[in-house]
Amino acid sequence: MGLNKDSMGLNAIDMGLVIKKAHASDRVVALGGNPNVGKSTVFNELTGLRQHTGNWPGKTVAHAQGSCTYKNTGYVIVDLPGCYSLMAHSAEEEVARDFICFGGADAVVIVCDATCLERSLNLVLQTMEITQNVVVCVNLMDEAKKKKININLQAISKKLGVPVIGTAARSKKGLDDLMDAVLQTIQDISRRPVKIQYPDYIENAIFNIEPLIKEACESVADSRWLSLMFLYWNQDIHRFIGRNIKESFFTDENVFRILSEVKNEFTSQRITERQLKDDIVSSIVHTAEEICKDAILFEDENYKNNGSRIDHILAGKWTAFPIMILALLGVFWLTITGANYPSQLINDGLFWIGDQLMVFLGWMHAPQLLTDMLILGVYRVLAWVVSVMLPPMAIFFPLFTLLEDVGFLPRVAFNLDKCFKKCRACGKQALTMCMGFGCNAAGVIGCRIIDSPRERLIAIITNNFVPCNGRFPTLIVIISMFFAGSATGGGASVLSAVLLTAVIVLGVFMTFASSKLLSKTVLKGMPSSFTLELPPYRKPQIGKVIIRSIFDRTLFVLGRAAAVAAPAGLVIWIMANVRIRDITLLAHCSDFLDPFARLIGLDGVILLAFILGFPANEIVVPIIVMAYMAKGNILELDNLSLLKQLFADNGWTWITAISVMLFSLMHWPCSTTLLTIKKETQSIKWTVISVLVPTIMGVGSCFIFTSLARLIRAYF
Amino acid sequence: MRDINKLSELHQGKSALVIDIHSSDCMRRRLQDLGLIKGAEVSCLQKSPLGDPVAYLIRGAVIALRYEDSSCVQIECCEV
Repeated sequence: MGLNKDSMGLNAIDMGLVIKKAHASDRVVALGGNPNVGKSTVFNELTGLRQHTGNWPGKTVAHAQGSCTYKNTGYVIVDLPGCYSLMAHSAEEEVARDFICFGGADAVVIVCDATCLERSLNLVLQTMEITQNVVVCVNLMDEAKKKKININLQAISKKLGVPVIGTAARSKKGLDDLMDAVLQTIQDISRRPVKIQYPDYIENAIFNIEPLIKEACESVADSRWLSLMFLYWNQDIHRFIGRNIKESFFTDENVFRILSEVKNEFTSQRITERQLKDDIVSSIVHTAEEICKDAILFEDENYKNNGSRIDHILAGKWTAFPIMILALLGVFWLTITGANYPSQLINDGLFWIGDQLMVFLGWMHAPQLLTDMLILGVYRVLAWVVSVMLPPMAIFFPLFTLLEDVGFLPRVAFNLDKCFKKCRACGKQALTMCMGFGCNAAGVIGCRIIDSPRERLIAIITNNFVPCNGRFPTLIVIISMFFAGSATGGGASVLSAVLLTAVIVLGVFMTFASSKLLSKTVLKGMPSSFTLELPPYRKPQIGKVIIRSIFDRTLFVLGRAAAVAAPAGLVIWIMANVRIRDITLLAHCSDFLDPFARLIGLDGVILLAFILGFPANEIVVPIIVMAYMAKGNILELDNLSLLKQLFADNGWTWITAISVMLFSLMHWPCSTTLLTIKKETQSIKWTVISVLVPTIMGVGSCFIFTSLARLIRAYF
Repeated sequence: MRDINKLSELHQGKSALVIDIHSSDCMRRRLQDLGLIKGAEVSCLQKSPLGDPVAYLIRGAVIALRYEDSSCVQIECCEV
């Protein structure tokens, strides 16, 4: 799951899996596979949906489903989370396994990576034990070809006993063949898939247990496989079969007798649980080895070294960190420089339209109050949000998506892991932070890729330290006004980019600090084990990236911001225009907050803006501007220097500017993110802590910074 | 002569065969799923800039492991 309209905002709160068939006759096809083998790409190409794809493992953390029609048959395609195994040791594995077992899929397509097919077959073989209706999709054939890996698909298909189709989903190759194979698999049930041969003692045990299982849970999955799982989980049948077994199974004397016999047999042969598990896994892996033995030919002996030269630089001892900072800097510089001009144009255009609307309403003889409310309240806030947010986002998102597409993000996680380990957190937290750049709610959901519940909570609580796109504009505006304004031309944007990078680095540092703090207090524990796969570098699909990130991310985020900004504009206009004892409501509120706000370097209006910005951080600056205007509406501000003048007139200094940036970086998460946290943690306690941690950090750092700055100013 | 070492002691660019994994159940299983079973070949690709984790090549895929985890894997060095 990446950032698109289905994964951000309220849609991020997933509602469990309900298969949405358009017609009762629609066929359900599940799409499984190892992480990062292009499953989502296959899914997108088949369904035409724009599920976000990226070159890093663990992106699809929840079900996605879409439909397609092929040769007059309707299909519902379900994208399962990527996993290496179906033995259910992690949440993703459990989701995938349960769906394959009990989801009622007519066929299961397992997507494999052609460049490491042998490993992918592990999952194929396990799936084939559950259901016969398996189609193997060997994706990334183009990459394999480049690496001179020659794969004999027919030979593999023959040995496996199920269809094996080669595809290159990124260039849409082989997908029709894939659907043909799926159709055939559903219609024709006379296949004889290969069976994994286990050591004799396991086969004997299965032979004894299988009739019992068959009796107890008809029509659910393959009984041989269920028997094997039954052994594997040391007879804890609920672990793998849940509610799908008859109650009588647990009370039947015959069952009890046979199970004791199997157990005694194991004891007498000195078979430990560990050895049993090892033998099961080894049998599967050896079967996969056997199948691939003659079918895959590595023509180029040096195929292994692909990408390692780039890695020596991107993850090199001396180059890794400078390159990461430079990448961040470059992205910000391009964003700030590129966004400058369109921002101005859009701003002028939108305010011109506003004026015309006003004339139009006057011509309609609309009441003055209504005109003011709509144009000065709703429309101008909206216009401001659009003109400030759209250009930077339209540049930032595609650039970031490119980094993602190339495969840079897992390297960031690789480079930073030691820091996370020191904080007793998981290295994959770096990936969830990267998602947070787009939307913190999406970042919080992304935390599902972290297996350890403790480390996952840490990642969820600290995700807010990464500024989402709702907060970027605030940071950029303030930086350009107060710090880069004096420099001219190119110098200004470089300086802005440097400062923005510094803010992000501070956010990362605060993430480490709070992760460590949490690990030492409420979430005590040692860092757990994890494996991080570093996928090969892939050439980004530039055109696709630009189109997708603009339409999926940018316009969606903008739409959400606008949806919040419009009503908020109305509320603020009312607050700024309703007077009690000759003072506006807005002034009453901000006066009340003022003394406290001054302590942390802000003022009442700013703090109020952050509070009113709870539904969406995008509207913080518009609220501040609106409140400062005596008339209670956003004036046409031709350029930043006028805006700066307005702020300066209201007592802003560089101390205020830095405090606002600090507070913007560290304060309570927005309402959507909080709802997501509540949903993901299933706990009020952790939701409250997710508010407290960044807020306390923010208030604390603002207070310390302001006090120090004032001291320095007083004495020097 | 068999030369038994920990995976964490494998030098960059060298390969080895897995003898046994002594990790906790869950990690052990995870490594096995990646194809790291007895007799599997593994090579050390490169260290991360801070020295830990280290990237290994396991059955055609690049997997990063932390020191704690790689030191639980017993290997037998070989000339490949």
